[in-house]
Amino acid sequence: MHESSIALIELGAIFFGLGILGRLAWKIGISPIPLYLLGGLAFGSGGLVPLTGVGEFTSLAGEIGVILLLLLLGLEYSAAELVTGLRRSWLAGLVDLVLNATPGAIVALLLGWGPLGALAMAGVTYISSSGIVAKVLGDLGRLGNRETPVVLSILVFEDLAMAVYLPILTAVLAGATLLGGLTATGISLVAVTLVLVLALRFGRYVSAIVDSKSPEVFLLRVLGAALLVAGVAQQLQVSAAVGAFLLGIAISGSTAENAVRMLEPLRDLFAALFFVVFGLNTVPSTIPPVLGAAVLLALVTTATKVVTGWWAAKRQGIGRMGRARAGAALVARGEFSIVIAGLAVAAAAVDAQLAALTTAYVLVMAIIGPLAARFVEPAMRLADVMPGVRRGRRGAARSEASG
Amino acid sequence: MVNVEVTPLPGIGTRQDFVSRAGRRIGVITYRDGRMELIVSREDDPDACTASIPLSVEEASALAGLLGAPQLVADLRKENDGLTGVHTKQLSVLHGSPFDGRTLGDTQLRSRTAVSVVAVVRAGSVHPSPRPDFMLGGGDALITVGTAEGLAKAADVLDRG
Repeated sequence: MHESSIALIELGAIFFGLGILGRLAWKIGISPIPLYLLGGLAFGSGGLVPLTGVGEFTSLAGEIGVILLLLLLGLEYSAAELVTGLRRSWLAGLVDLVLNATPGAIVALLLGWGPLGALAMAGVTYISSSGIVAKVLGDLGRLGNRETPVVLSILVFEDLAMAVYLPILTAVLAGATLLGGLTATGISLVAVTLVLVLALRFGRYVSAIVDSKSPEVFLLRVLGAALLVAGVAQQLQVSAAVGAFLLGIAISGSTAENAVRMLEPLRDLFAALFFVVFGLNTVPSTIPPVLGAAVLLALVTTATKVVTGWWAAKRQGIGRMGRARAGAALVARGEFSIVIAGLAVAAAAVDAQLAALTTAYVLVMAIIGPLAARFVEPAMRLADVMPGVRRGRRGAARSEASG
Repeated sequence: MVNVEVTPLPGIGTRQDFVSRAGRRIGVITYRDGRMELIVSREDDPDACTASIPLSVEEASALAGLLGAPQLVADLRKENDGLTGVHTKQLSVLHGSPFDGRTLGDTQLRSRTAVSVVAVVRAGSVHPSPRPDFMLGGGDALITVGTAEGLAKAADVLDRG
Protein backbone atom coordinates (compact mmCIF):
# COMPACT_ATOMS: atom_id res chain seq x y z
CA MET A 1 0.00 0.00 0.00
CA HIS A 2 2.66 2.41 1.11
CA GLU A 3 4.78 1.78 -1.98
CA SER A 4 1.98 2.40 -4.42
CA SER A 5 1.06 5.66 -2.71
CA ILE A 6 4.64 6.88 -3.11
CA ALA A 7 4.57 5.88 -6.76
CA LEU A 8 1.30 7.72 -7.27
CA ILE A 9 2.65 10.85 -5.64
CA GLU A 10 5.80 10.70 -7.74
CA LEU A 11 3.90 10.12 -10.97
CA GLY A 12 1.51 12.90 -10.14
CA ALA A 13 4.42 15.23 -9.45
CA ILE A 14 6.07 14.23 -12.74
CA PHE A 15 2.93 14.87 -14.81
CA PHE A 16 2.15 18.11 -13.05
CA GLY A 17 5.71 19.30 -13.46
CA LEU A 18 5.65 18.36 -17.17
CA GLY A 19 2.43 20.30 -17.56
CA ILE A 20 4.05 23.42 -16.17
CA LEU A 21 7.18 22.91 -18.30
CA GLY A 22 5.09 22.35 -21.46
CA ARG A 23 3.12 25.53 -20.92
CA LEU A 24 6.31 27.47 -20.31
CA ALA A 25 7.93 26.04 -23.46
CA TRP A 26 5.18 27.01 -25.88
CA LYS A 27 4.90 30.39 -24.21
CA ILE A 28 8.49 31.24 -25.04
CA GLY A 29 8.14 29.66 -28.47
CA ILE A 30 10.24 26.52 -28.16
CA SER A 31 9.39 22.82 -28.17
CA PRO A 32 8.75 21.29 -24.74
CA ILE A 33 11.00 18.30 -25.52
CA PRO A 34 14.23 19.87 -24.14
CA LEU A 35 12.41 20.87 -20.96
CA TYR A 36 11.06 17.32 -20.54
CA LEU A 37 14.59 16.01 -20.94
CA LEU A 38 15.83 18.49 -18.36
CA GLY A 39 13.04 17.40 -16.05
CA GLY A 40 14.15 13.80 -16.46
CA LEU A 41 17.77 14.74 -15.83
CA ALA A 42 16.86 16.56 -12.64
CA PHE A 43 15.01 13.59 -11.17
CA GLY A 44 17.10 10.76 -12.57
CA SER A 45 20.02 8.81 -11.25
CA GLY A 46 22.57 11.29 -9.97
CA GLY A 47 20.16 14.17 -10.38
CA LEU A 48 18.78 16.59 -7.81
CA VAL A 49 16.01 14.43 -6.39
CA PRO A 50 16.27 10.81 -7.57
CA LEU A 51 12.89 9.14 -7.91
CA THR A 52 12.24 5.60 -6.78
CA GLY A 53 9.38 3.23 -7.26
CA VAL A 54 8.04 4.37 -10.64
CA GLY A 55 10.82 2.91 -12.78
CA GLU A 56 8.94 -0.12 -14.06
CA PHE A 57 5.86 1.79 -15.01
CA THR A 58 7.65 4.73 -16.59
CA SER A 59 9.98 2.61 -18.71
CA LEU A 60 7.09 0.58 -20.16
CA ALA A 61 5.11 3.78 -20.60
CA GLY A 62 8.10 5.26 -22.40
CA GLU A 63 8.14 2.35 -24.82
CA ILE A 64 4.43 2.82 -25.46
CA GLY A 65 5.27 6.49 -26.04
CA VAL A 66 7.67 5.58 -28.84
CA ILE A 67 5.09 3.26 -30.41
CA LEU A 68 2.45 5.98 -30.28
CA LEU A 69 4.85 8.59 -31.69
CA LEU A 70 5.49 6.41 -34.72
CA LEU A 71 1.88 5.22 -35.04
CA LEU A 72 0.65 8.80 -35.17
CA LEU A 73 3.38 9.70 -37.62
CA GLY A 74 2.16 6.91 -39.89
CA LEU A 75 -1.46 7.95 -39.42
CA GLU A 76 -0.67 11.49 -40.49
CA TYR A 77 0.45 10.33 -43.91
CA SER A 78 -1.63 8.51 -46.46
CA ALA A 79 0.16 5.94 -48.59
CA ALA A 80 -0.54 8.02 -51.69
CA GLU A 81 1.09 11.07 -50.11
CA LEU A 82 4.14 9.03 -49.20
CA VAL A 83 4.54 7.63 -52.71
CA THR A 84 4.16 11.00 -54.46
CA GLY A 85 6.31 12.66 -51.81
CA LEU A 86 9.02 10.08 -52.37
CA ARG A 87 8.85 10.50 -56.12
CA ARG A 88 9.21 14.27 -55.83
CA SER A 89 11.83 14.50 -53.16
CA TRP A 90 14.14 11.51 -53.42
CA LEU A 91 17.09 13.54 -54.66
CA ALA A 92 16.71 16.21 -52.01
CA GLY A 93 16.15 13.40 -49.52
CA LEU A 94 19.43 11.76 -50.46
CA VAL A 95 21.32 15.06 -50.19
CA ASP A 96 19.71 15.54 -46.78
CA LEU A 97 20.75 12.03 -45.73
CA VAL A 98 24.37 12.36 -46.81
CA LEU A 99 24.88 15.90 -45.49
CA ASN A 100 23.31 15.33 -42.09
CA ALA A 101 24.15 11.72 -41.23
CA THR A 102 27.84 12.19 -41.96
CA PRO A 103 28.68 14.68 -39.18
CA GLY A 104 27.13 12.42 -36.53
CA ALA A 105 28.97 9.37 -37.80
CA ILE A 106 32.30 11.23 -37.94
CA VAL A 107 32.00 12.59 -34.42
CA ALA A 108 31.11 9.12 -33.10
CA LEU A 109 34.15 7.62 -34.81
CA LEU A 110 36.38 10.42 -33.49
CA LEU A 111 35.11 9.71 -29.99
CA GLY A 112 36.06 6.08 -30.50
CA TRP A 113 32.56 4.62 -30.37
CA GLY A 114 33.13 2.32 -33.33
CA PRO A 115 30.88 1.57 -36.29
CA LEU A 116 27.85 0.85 -34.06
CA GLY A 117 28.09 4.21 -32.35
CA ALA A 118 28.61 5.85 -35.74
CA LEU A 119 25.47 4.22 -37.14
CA ALA A 120 23.42 5.40 -34.17
CA MET A 121 24.83 8.96 -34.14
CA ALA A 122 24.32 9.21 -37.91
CA GLY A 123 20.63 8.64 -37.31
CA VAL A 124 20.55 11.09 -34.40
CA THR A 125 21.92 14.00 -36.44
CA TYR A 126 20.13 13.04 -39.66
CA ILE A 127 16.50 13.09 -38.72
CA SER A 128 14.66 16.37 -38.26
CA SER A 129 11.80 16.51 -35.81
CA SER A 130 8.71 16.47 -38.00
CA GLY A 131 6.63 17.24 -34.91
CA ILE A 132 8.54 20.44 -34.12
CA VAL A 133 8.81 21.45 -37.79
CA ALA A 134 5.10 21.05 -38.52
CA LYS A 135 4.15 22.90 -35.33
CA VAL A 136 6.56 25.75 -36.00
CA LEU A 137 5.47 26.13 -39.64
CA GLY A 138 1.86 26.26 -38.50
CA ASP A 139 2.57 28.74 -35.71
CA LEU A 140 4.51 31.05 -38.00
CA GLY A 141 1.75 30.91 -40.63
CA ARG A 142 4.05 29.43 -43.24
CA LEU A 143 1.89 26.51 -44.37
CA GLY A 144 0.79 28.53 -47.39
CA ASN A 145 4.34 29.40 -48.38
CA ARG A 146 5.83 28.08 -51.58
CA GLU A 147 8.82 26.49 -49.87
CA THR A 148 6.70 24.57 -47.38
CA PRO A 149 5.89 21.60 -49.67
CA VAL A 150 9.65 21.25 -50.23
CA VAL A 151 10.23 21.06 -46.47
CA LEU A 152 7.35 18.64 -45.95
CA SER A 153 8.44 16.28 -48.71
CA ILE A 154 11.95 16.12 -47.23
CA LEU A 155 10.33 15.18 -43.93
CA VAL A 156 8.34 12.46 -45.73
CA PHE A 157 11.56 11.06 -47.12
CA GLU A 158 13.18 11.13 -43.68
CA ASP A 159 10.26 9.35 -42.07
CA LEU A 160 10.32 6.61 -44.70
CA ALA A 161 14.08 6.38 -44.30
CA MET A 162 13.46 5.80 -40.59
CA ALA A 163 11.26 2.81 -41.45
CA VAL A 164 14.27 1.23 -43.13
CA TYR A 165 16.91 2.56 -40.75
CA LEU A 166 15.37 1.53 -37.43
CA PRO A 167 15.16 -2.20 -38.27
CA ILE A 168 18.78 -2.14 -39.44
CA LEU A 169 19.85 -0.40 -36.25
CA THR A 170 17.82 -2.83 -34.14
CA ALA A 171 19.33 -5.86 -35.85
CA VAL A 172 22.88 -4.55 -35.71
CA LEU A 173 22.53 -3.53 -32.06
CA ALA A 174 21.27 -7.01 -31.23
CA GLY A 175 24.66 -8.23 -32.37
CA ALA A 176 23.63 -9.42 -35.78
CA THR A 177 26.31 -10.18 -38.29
CA LEU A 178 26.56 -8.48 -41.67
CA LEU A 179 24.23 -11.15 -43.01
CA GLY A 180 21.79 -10.52 -40.17
CA GLY A 181 21.90 -6.81 -40.87
CA LEU A 182 21.23 -7.39 -44.53
CA THR A 183 18.34 -9.72 -43.69
CA ALA A 184 16.80 -7.07 -41.45
CA THR A 185 17.23 -4.49 -44.23
CA GLY A 186 15.61 -6.88 -46.69
CA ILE A 187 12.72 -7.67 -44.36
CA SER A 188 12.06 -4.00 -43.62
CA LEU A 189 12.27 -2.97 -47.28
CA VAL A 190 9.84 -5.73 -48.24
CA ALA A 191 7.58 -4.84 -45.31
CA VAL A 192 7.54 -1.12 -46.21
CA THR A 193 6.80 -1.85 -49.87
CA LEU A 194 4.15 -4.40 -48.95
CA VAL A 195 2.44 -2.04 -46.56
CA LEU A 196 2.48 0.80 -49.09
CA VAL A 197 0.94 -1.43 -51.78
CA LEU A 198 -1.53 -2.89 -49.28
CA ALA A 199 -2.51 0.56 -48.04
CA LEU A 200 -2.87 1.94 -51.57
CA ARG A 201 -5.03 -0.96 -52.76
CA PHE A 202 -6.77 -2.28 -49.66
CA GLY A 203 -6.47 0.55 -47.12
CA ARG A 204 -10.23 0.38 -46.59
CA TYR A 205 -10.07 -3.17 -45.25
CA VAL A 206 -7.25 -2.47 -42.82
CA SER A 207 -9.20 0.54 -41.59
CA ALA A 208 -12.34 -1.58 -41.30
CA ILE A 209 -10.60 -3.97 -38.90
CA VAL A 210 -10.01 -1.25 -36.31
CA ASP A 211 -12.94 1.03 -37.10
CA SER A 212 -15.93 1.22 -34.83
CA LYS A 213 -18.68 3.71 -34.15
CA SER A 214 -18.17 3.55 -30.42
CA PRO A 215 -15.19 5.73 -29.43
CA GLU A 216 -14.33 3.38 -26.60
CA VAL A 217 -14.21 0.27 -28.78
CA PHE A 218 -12.33 2.19 -31.46
CA LEU A 219 -9.68 3.42 -29.03
CA LEU A 220 -9.16 -0.06 -27.60
CA ARG A 221 -8.92 -1.63 -31.04
CA VAL A 222 -6.47 0.90 -32.47
CA LEU A 223 -4.28 0.85 -29.38
CA GLY A 224 -4.48 -2.93 -29.17
CA ALA A 225 -3.62 -3.37 -32.84
CA ALA A 226 -0.68 -0.96 -32.51
CA LEU A 227 0.80 -2.74 -29.50
CA LEU A 228 0.23 -6.16 -31.09
CA VAL A 229 1.90 -5.18 -34.35
CA ALA A 230 4.71 -3.44 -32.49
CA GLY A 231 5.32 -6.43 -30.26
CA VAL A 232 5.34 -8.89 -33.15
CA ALA A 233 7.64 -6.60 -35.14
CA GLN A 234 10.03 -6.42 -32.21
CA GLN A 235 9.97 -10.20 -31.90
CA LEU A 236 10.95 -10.37 -35.58
CA GLN A 237 13.70 -7.84 -34.82
CA VAL A 238 12.14 -5.25 -37.13
CA SER A 239 11.78 -2.67 -34.32
CA ALA A 240 8.48 -2.13 -32.55
CA ALA A 241 8.30 1.50 -33.60
CA VAL A 242 8.48 0.65 -37.29
CA GLY A 243 5.68 -1.88 -36.92
CA ALA A 244 3.50 0.84 -35.45
CA PHE A 245 4.55 3.30 -38.17
CA LEU A 246 3.57 0.86 -40.92
CA LEU A 247 0.24 0.13 -39.24
CA GLY A 248 -0.37 3.88 -39.14
CA ILE A 249 0.26 4.17 -42.87
CA ALA A 250 -2.06 1.26 -43.61
CA ILE A 251 -4.95 2.87 -41.70
CA SER A 252 -6.37 5.56 -43.93
CA GLY A 253 -9.14 8.03 -44.60
CA SER A 254 -11.62 9.05 -41.94
CA THR A 255 -10.53 6.16 -39.72
CA ALA A 256 -7.03 7.63 -39.62
CA GLU A 257 -8.41 11.09 -38.84
CA ASN A 258 -10.50 9.78 -35.96
CA ALA A 259 -7.59 7.73 -34.68
CA VAL A 260 -5.33 10.79 -34.70
CA ARG A 261 -7.90 12.84 -32.84
CA MET A 262 -8.34 10.12 -30.25
CA LEU A 263 -4.71 9.09 -29.81
CA GLU A 264 -3.08 12.52 -29.84
CA PRO A 265 -3.56 13.18 -26.11
CA LEU A 266 -2.40 9.65 -25.32
CA ARG A 267 0.67 10.14 -27.46
CA ASP A 268 1.49 13.45 -25.81
CA LEU A 269 1.19 11.81 -22.41
CA PHE A 270 3.27 8.72 -23.13
CA ALA A 271 5.82 10.51 -25.31
CA ALA A 272 6.40 13.05 -22.54
CA LEU A 273 7.09 10.14 -20.22
CA PHE A 274 9.44 8.67 -22.80
CA PHE A 275 11.53 11.86 -22.86
CA VAL A 276 11.53 11.97 -19.08
CA VAL A 277 12.64 8.34 -18.88
CA PHE A 278 15.44 9.05 -21.31
CA GLY A 279 16.47 11.98 -19.15
CA LEU A 280 16.10 9.86 -16.00
CA ASN A 281 18.48 7.26 -17.38
CA THR A 282 21.08 9.81 -18.34
CA VAL A 283 23.44 10.67 -15.54
CA PRO A 284 23.82 14.48 -15.55
CA SER A 285 27.52 14.32 -14.69
CA THR A 286 28.20 12.52 -18.01
CA ILE A 287 27.05 15.53 -20.00
CA PRO A 288 29.82 18.11 -19.42
CA PRO A 289 32.55 15.91 -21.00
CA VAL A 290 30.56 15.66 -24.26
CA LEU A 291 29.21 19.20 -24.22
CA GLY A 292 31.89 20.44 -26.60
CA ALA A 293 31.14 17.70 -29.10
CA ALA A 294 27.42 18.40 -28.81
CA VAL A 295 27.84 22.12 -29.49
CA LEU A 296 30.16 21.41 -32.41
CA LEU A 297 27.69 18.91 -33.85
CA ALA A 298 24.88 21.40 -33.32
CA LEU A 299 26.72 24.10 -35.27
CA VAL A 300 27.72 21.81 -38.12
CA THR A 301 24.36 20.09 -38.49
CA THR A 302 22.50 23.38 -38.31
CA ALA A 303 24.56 24.49 -41.28
CA THR A 304 24.06 21.22 -43.16
CA LYS A 305 20.27 21.32 -42.71
CA VAL A 306 20.19 24.93 -43.90
CA VAL A 307 22.22 23.94 -46.95
CA THR A 308 19.87 21.01 -47.61
CA GLY A 309 16.76 23.17 -47.42
CA TRP A 310 18.35 25.98 -49.41
CA TRP A 311 19.40 23.62 -52.18
CA ALA A 312 16.07 21.76 -52.32
CA ALA A 313 14.08 25.01 -52.40
CA LYS A 314 16.33 26.49 -55.07
CA ARG A 315 15.61 23.50 -57.30
CA GLN A 316 11.91 24.34 -57.07
CA GLY A 317 12.53 27.92 -58.16
CA ILE A 318 12.00 29.48 -54.73
CA GLY A 319 13.52 32.91 -54.01
CA ARG A 320 16.41 33.57 -51.61
CA MET A 321 14.29 34.34 -48.59
CA GLY A 322 12.19 31.23 -49.16
CA ARG A 323 15.33 29.09 -49.50
CA ALA A 324 16.62 30.41 -46.20
CA ARG A 325 13.25 29.72 -44.57
CA ALA A 326 13.22 26.16 -45.91
CA GLY A 327 16.71 25.56 -44.57
CA ALA A 328 15.99 27.00 -41.14
CA ALA A 329 12.72 25.09 -40.86
CA LEU A 330 14.54 21.77 -41.12
CA VAL A 331 17.05 22.48 -38.33
CA ALA A 332 15.03 21.18 -35.36
CA ARG A 333 15.90 17.71 -34.09
CA GLY A 334 13.87 16.12 -31.37
CA GLU A 335 11.78 13.07 -30.68
CA PHE A 336 13.29 10.72 -33.27
CA SER A 337 16.88 11.47 -32.33
CA ILE A 338 15.95 10.47 -28.79
CA VAL A 339 14.14 7.37 -30.06
CA ILE A 340 17.30 6.28 -31.89
CA ALA A 341 19.56 6.99 -28.94
CA GLY A 342 17.08 5.23 -26.67
CA LEU A 343 17.29 2.09 -28.82
CA ALA A 344 21.07 2.24 -28.87
CA VAL A 345 21.42 2.76 -25.14
CA ALA A 346 18.86 0.08 -24.27
CA ALA A 347 20.85 -2.46 -26.27
CA ALA A 348 23.93 -1.56 -24.21
CA ALA A 349 26.01 -2.26 -27.30
CA VAL A 350 27.30 1.28 -27.61
CA ASP A 351 29.22 3.66 -25.40
CA ALA A 352 27.04 4.92 -22.56
CA GLN A 353 28.16 8.46 -23.36
CA LEU A 354 26.03 8.30 -26.48
CA ALA A 355 22.99 9.00 -24.32
CA ALA A 356 24.70 12.03 -22.81
CA LEU A 357 25.79 13.37 -26.20
CA THR A 358 22.33 12.85 -27.70
CA THR A 359 20.65 14.51 -24.73
CA ALA A 360 22.91 17.54 -24.96
CA TYR A 361 22.58 17.65 -28.75
CA VAL A 362 18.78 17.44 -28.75
CA LEU A 363 18.60 19.98 -25.92
CA VAL A 364 20.47 22.42 -28.13
CA MET A 365 18.78 21.54 -31.44
CA ALA A 366 15.21 21.50 -30.16
CA ILE A 367 15.80 25.04 -28.90
CA ILE A 368 17.80 26.28 -31.89
CA GLY A 369 15.37 24.82 -34.44
CA PRO A 370 12.25 26.87 -33.68
CA LEU A 371 14.39 29.96 -33.00
CA ALA A 372 16.20 29.57 -36.33
CA ALA A 373 12.89 29.25 -38.15
CA ARG A 374 11.59 32.36 -36.40
CA PHE A 375 14.61 34.59 -36.84
CA VAL A 376 15.85 33.53 -40.26
CA GLU A 377 14.04 36.36 -42.04
CA PRO A 378 15.45 39.24 -39.98
CA ALA A 379 18.86 37.57 -40.15
CA MET A 380 18.65 37.40 -43.93
CA ARG A 381 17.59 41.04 -44.16
CA LEU A 382 20.47 42.02 -41.94
CA ALA A 383 22.85 40.05 -44.14
CA ASP A 384 21.41 41.81 -47.17
CA VAL A 385 22.09 45.30 -45.89
CA MET A 386 25.51 44.50 -44.50
CA PRO A 387 28.35 45.73 -46.67
CA GLY A 388 30.25 43.12 -48.60
CA VAL A 389 27.25 40.87 -49.03
CA ARG A 390 25.84 40.91 -52.53
CA ARG A 391 22.23 42.03 -52.57
CA GLY A 392 20.01 39.28 -53.80
CA ARG A 393 18.02 39.76 -56.94
CA ARG A 394 15.06 38.10 -55.33
CA GLY A 395 12.30 37.23 -57.75
CA ALA A 396 14.23 38.43 -60.78
CA ALA A 397 15.85 35.10 -61.50
CA ARG A 398 12.83 33.08 -60.53
CA SER A 399 12.05 30.22 -62.81
CA GLU A 400 8.60 28.69 -62.81
CA ALA A 401 8.29 25.92 -60.27
CA SER A 402 7.92 22.64 -62.05
CA GLY A 403 5.92 19.73 -60.68
CA MET B 1 -8.91 31.45 -67.26
CA VAL B 2 -7.43 31.40 -63.77
CA ASN B 3 -4.88 28.67 -63.33
CA VAL B 4 -5.41 27.13 -59.89
CA GLU B 5 -2.45 25.12 -58.70
CA VAL B 6 -3.12 22.21 -56.34
CA THR B 7 -0.16 21.30 -54.12
CA PRO B 8 -0.28 18.41 -51.65
CA LEU B 9 1.05 19.18 -48.18
CA PRO B 10 1.93 15.73 -46.84
CA GLY B 11 0.57 15.17 -43.36
CA ILE B 12 -1.34 18.45 -43.39
CA GLY B 13 -3.67 18.72 -46.36
CA THR B 14 -3.61 20.55 -49.66
CA ARG B 15 -2.86 24.06 -50.82
CA GLN B 16 -4.85 25.45 -53.73
CA ASP B 17 -3.83 28.82 -55.02
CA PHE B 18 -3.47 31.02 -58.06
CA VAL B 19 -1.54 34.15 -58.92
CA SER B 20 -3.77 37.18 -59.42
CA ARG B 21 -3.19 39.70 -62.14
CA ALA B 22 -1.69 42.02 -59.54
CA GLY B 23 0.95 39.38 -58.88
CA ARG B 24 -0.39 38.24 -55.51
CA ARG B 25 -0.85 34.57 -54.74
CA ILE B 26 -4.30 33.93 -53.29
CA GLY B 27 -5.55 30.59 -52.17
CA VAL B 28 -6.89 28.21 -49.60
CA ILE B 29 -5.24 25.61 -47.41
CA THR B 30 -7.57 22.72 -46.71
CA TYR B 31 -6.52 20.68 -43.69
CA ARG B 32 -7.15 16.96 -43.55
CA ASP B 33 -9.88 17.45 -40.96
CA GLY B 34 -11.69 19.93 -43.22
CA ARG B 35 -10.55 23.17 -41.59
CA MET B 36 -9.76 25.92 -44.07
CA GLU B 37 -7.37 28.81 -44.16
CA LEU B 38 -7.38 31.72 -46.56
CA ILE B 39 -3.88 32.65 -47.66
CA VAL B 40 -2.60 35.78 -49.38
CA SER B 41 1.00 36.08 -50.46
CA ARG B 42 3.28 38.86 -49.32
CA GLU B 43 3.85 41.70 -51.72
CA ASP B 44 7.64 41.79 -51.44
CA ASP B 45 8.08 38.02 -51.31
CA PRO B 46 5.60 35.97 -53.37
CA ASP B 47 6.88 32.74 -51.77
CA ALA B 48 5.67 33.81 -48.33
CA CYS B 49 2.23 34.64 -46.98
CA THR B 50 1.24 37.92 -45.45
CA ALA B 51 -1.81 36.32 -43.88
CA SER B 52 -3.27 32.93 -43.32
CA ILE B 53 -6.72 33.31 -41.88
CA PRO B 54 -8.58 30.35 -40.40
CA LEU B 55 -12.16 30.17 -41.68
CA SER B 56 -15.01 28.09 -40.28
CA VAL B 57 -17.28 26.34 -42.77
CA GLU B 58 -19.89 29.09 -42.38
CA GLU B 59 -17.30 31.83 -42.77
CA ALA B 60 -15.86 30.20 -45.88
CA SER B 61 -19.24 29.91 -47.54
CA ALA B 62 -20.08 33.47 -46.53
CA LEU B 63 -16.89 34.70 -48.18
CA ALA B 64 -17.58 32.58 -51.24
CA GLY B 65 -21.06 34.08 -51.42
CA LEU B 66 -19.77 37.63 -51.09
CA LEU B 67 -17.30 37.07 -53.87
CA GLY B 68 -19.76 34.99 -55.88
CA ALA B 69 -22.75 37.37 -55.97
CA PRO B 70 -21.43 39.63 -58.75
CA GLN B 71 -20.48 36.45 -60.59
CA LEU B 72 -24.09 35.27 -60.35
CA VAL B 73 -25.30 38.52 -61.88
CA ALA B 74 -22.61 38.35 -64.56
CA ASP B 75 -23.56 34.78 -65.42
CA LEU B 76 -27.24 35.62 -65.71
CA ARG B 77 -26.41 38.68 -67.77
CA LYS B 78 -24.40 36.57 -70.16
CA GLU B 79 -27.19 34.02 -70.35
CA ASN B 80 -29.78 36.67 -71.12
CA ASP B 81 -27.51 38.43 -73.60
CA GLY B 82 -29.34 37.02 -76.59
CA LEU B 83 -32.73 38.15 -75.33
CA THR B 84 -33.24 41.78 -76.19
CA GLY B 85 -34.83 43.78 -73.47
CA VAL B 86 -34.10 41.33 -70.65
CA HIS B 87 -31.81 42.65 -67.93
CA THR B 88 -30.34 41.28 -64.74
CA LYS B 89 -29.79 43.45 -61.72
CA GLN B 90 -28.90 43.18 -58.09
CA LEU B 91 -31.42 45.06 -55.94
CA SER B 92 -30.98 45.68 -52.24
CA VAL B 93 -33.48 45.49 -49.45
CA LEU B 94 -32.26 48.28 -47.19
CA HIS B 95 -32.56 48.26 -43.44
CA GLY B 96 -35.84 49.99 -42.69
CA SER B 97 -37.28 49.17 -46.09
CA PRO B 98 -41.01 48.44 -45.90
CA PHE B 99 -40.20 44.81 -46.71
CA ASP B 100 -37.49 44.38 -44.11
CA GLY B 101 -39.03 41.54 -42.11
CA ARG B 102 -41.80 40.67 -44.58
CA THR B 103 -42.05 37.90 -47.12
CA LEU B 104 -41.08 38.05 -50.75
CA GLY B 105 -44.72 37.38 -51.64
CA ASP B 106 -45.72 40.59 -49.83
CA THR B 107 -43.73 42.67 -52.31
CA GLN B 108 -45.94 41.44 -55.19
CA LEU B 109 -42.97 42.30 -57.45
CA ARG B 110 -44.05 39.82 -60.08
CA SER B 111 -47.56 41.20 -60.55
CA ARG B 112 -46.60 44.87 -60.09
CA THR B 113 -43.39 45.04 -62.13
CA ALA B 114 -43.13 41.70 -64.02
CA VAL B 115 -39.69 41.26 -62.45
CA SER B 116 -38.57 37.79 -61.29
CA VAL B 117 -36.37 37.27 -58.25
CA VAL B 118 -34.05 34.40 -59.19
CA ALA B 119 -31.98 34.39 -56.02
CA VAL B 120 -31.47 36.14 -52.71
CA VAL B 121 -27.94 36.71 -51.45
CA ARG B 122 -27.86 37.08 -47.69
CA ALA B 123 -24.74 37.42 -45.59
CA GLY B 124 -22.69 35.84 -48.28
CA SER B 125 -24.84 32.78 -48.93
CA VAL B 126 -27.01 32.38 -51.99
CA HIS B 127 -30.62 31.24 -51.70
CA PRO B 128 -31.65 30.31 -55.24
CA SER B 129 -35.27 30.43 -56.47
CA PRO B 130 -36.79 31.88 -53.28
CA ARG B 131 -40.44 30.96 -52.70
CA PRO B 132 -43.12 33.61 -51.97
CA ASP B 133 -42.93 32.81 -48.26
CA PHE B 134 -39.19 33.65 -48.16
CA MET B 135 -38.67 36.14 -45.34
CA LEU B 136 -36.71 39.20 -46.46
CA GLY B 137 -34.40 41.13 -44.20
CA GLY B 138 -32.42 44.36 -44.32
CA GLY B 139 -29.17 43.89 -46.23
CA ASP B 140 -30.50 41.17 -48.51
CA ALA B 141 -29.54 41.45 -52.17
CA LEU B 142 -32.16 40.28 -54.67
CA ILE B 143 -30.86 38.98 -57.98
CA THR B 144 -33.61 40.02 -60.36
CA VAL B 145 -34.43 39.56 -64.04
CA GLY B 146 -36.79 41.80 -66.00
CA THR B 147 -37.09 44.69 -68.40
CA ALA B 148 -35.15 47.89 -67.72
CA GLU B 149 -38.37 49.66 -66.87
CA GLY B 150 -39.57 46.83 -64.67
CA LEU B 151 -36.30 46.72 -62.78
CA ALA B 152 -36.36 50.45 -62.10
CA LYS B 153 -39.90 50.14 -60.81
CA ALA B 154 -38.93 47.14 -58.68
CA ALA B 155 -36.15 49.15 -57.06
CA ASP B 156 -38.72 51.81 -56.16
CA VAL B 157 -41.11 49.23 -54.78
CA LEU B 158 -38.43 47.77 -52.56
CA ASP B 159 -37.49 51.22 -51.25
CA ARG B 160 -40.92 52.69 -50.72
CA GLY B 161 -43.39 49.84 -50.64
